[in-house]
Amino acid sequence: MDWTALGLSLRLALLTCVLLVPLAVLLALWLRRLPAPAGRLVEVIGALPLVLPPTALGYWLLVALGRGSPLGELWERLTGRPLVFTFEGILLASLVFNLPFAVQPIARGLAAIPRELREAAWLCGLGPLGAFVKVELPLLRPSLVVALVLVFAHTLGEFGVVLMVGGAIPGETRTASVALYDAVQALDERTAALLSAVLLAFALTALLVLQLVEPRRERTR
Amino acid sequence: MSGPAEAALQAELRQDRPIPLDVSLAVAPGELFALVGPSGSGKTTTLRALAGLDRVHEGRIAVDGRLWQGPDVFVPPQRRRVGMVFQHYALFPHLSALDNVALAVPEGARAERRRRARELLRLVHLEGLEDRRPHQLSGGQQQRVALARALARDPVLLLLDEPFSAVDQVTRRRLQRELVLLRQRRPLTTVLVTHDLDEAVRLSDRMAVIHHGRTLQSGPPRDLLDRPASALVARLLDIPNVYRGRVRGHDPARGLTLLEWDGLVLEARHRPEFAAGAPVDWVIPPGFVVLHRVDRPSRGERENPVEGRIVEFYELGETAHLTLLVRDRHPLTFTVPAHVARRNALAPGRTVRVSLLAEGVHLMPPEHGRSTAP
Repeated sequence: MDWTALGLSLRLALLTCVLLVPLAVLLALWLRRLPAPAGRLVEVIGALPLVLPPTALGYWLLVALGRGSPLGELWERLTGRPLVFTFEGILLASLVFNLPFAVQPIARGLAAIPRELREAAWLCGLGPLGAFVKVELPLLRPSLVVALVLVFAHTLGEFGVVLMVGGAIPGETRTASVALYDAVQALDERTAALLSAVLLAFALTALLVLQLVEPRRERTR
Repeated sequence: MSGPAEAALQAELRQDRPIPLDVSLAVAPGELFALVGPSGSGKTTTLRALAGLDRVHEGRIAVDGRLWQGPDVFVPPQRRRVGMVFQHYALFPHLSALDNVALAVPEGARAERRRRARELLRLVHLEGLEDRRPHQLSGGQQQRVALARALARDPVLLLLDEPFSAVDQVTRRRLQRELVLLRQRRPLTTVLVTHDLDEAVRLSDRMAVIHHGRTLQSGPPRDLLDRPASALVARLLDIPNVYRGRVRGHDPARGLTLLEWDGLVLEARHRPEFAAGAPVDWVIPPGFVVLHRVDRPSRGERENPVEGRIVEFYELGETAHLTLLVRDRHPLTFTVPAHVARRNALAPGRTVRVSLLAEGVHLMPPEHGRSTAP
């Protein structure tokens, strides 16, 4: 059993969740303010990671983050480490490929909050921030849970992008999914079966949590 | 059209887009002022502008001497002392009734705000239901929470957007009664938006008719119903019996204006501003139509007697509704108590005589686009 790879995957998933969900809330708020045509365009571009083959996305990220790229060079000058084939690199990639999984449920959740509620909050004397914290955020909670679960599950499972951007350096970029592939290649059936079982358990738990959250979403309307 | 001398609320709102608006209002302190008009007439936009939720391009809103909107002034809704009840209440679904109200209490520690919220919920008869969430309350109870929340800011202006439209009739009557009683105890300048005419007439001190974003007429409901400013206002207020005629002359000594109508000469309340010979629209509200008894002549029979055939007759409860056809072309609608209809054996096809009381014959400037032939 490759505990290092599993631990790395969990660390990657948790960090992605912690960084991405607040960012997604801000993005969703910004999207709501955009006029319709621009908003649609941004949404379409934001959904790209859903349909683009992961290896292709990985390739583009490799180009964008690589040694020759401005971003890669800036990072290396600041930290002394390259972005590609490092944990930071796959974390950044993970933030990108998970973007629609976080933004879409949150944007849908925001859209489901009637505008009147925000206006009622203003007429209770609350400013935009107060209205968001006291009224919209609590109503958004189910959507936040959905986003967290989707991002977490998806990060554990991502294979193509991670392999392209990170390779398979043990303890650095070799996640559970990559380790599983390696185990099968090496005919290590025991490790492959155990990793698969753990990933299956996570997936089932995720589905269960989503089932528990869905009916509560309905009731808040 | 003139407003009260000292107004608690004075507003002039003008814009071309997105919804054309040309509205002016003056509401006296403690008055309940109703805005009526068909859907899309601009009444809700007006209310939202007063709340600060919409910003009308050219607007001036002054409340209690404070400018809420002016050329370089726009006070955001958070800083207007205004309470609003939304049509669908807009209660916060994740908060209890108590917390919904407490959130709007402007200042004080949490315990103090909750104490004040409890007081307000008692005021709207919701004691015992403080911990219920909105979805655990009936429509009428939700409306009361919304009202308590609107009062929590201690507003100088209360705005009600169709507040009774989402409940059944029994609840509506009860809520209307409670609003009237509440306002007896604490008079609060109030603007009510409604498309329900009866509601506006029963609840308001004064009302304004809005159509295509314009104030057509404002005044006490009785004045509007008896003396609509135009045939359009009459139509919007569902006043029947509007006709086209011509001024024949004036009789100032008797306080009368004489009106020619389809070969008849009628006496009308004196209106010297209409020149002799001028075409006019005129209206006789149903309350000024008096049925002549078949068996016994009564006083007033010489006042504008008119004959017509009953073409429509029905009873609703204790009231009989009749439409006569006068001179075979002008429908004239009025009501009599059902027992009067029975005693006079009124039925479709019968010909009866009525008097059009001169004080009720009201002349209006002629509407454009209608035939000028009398």
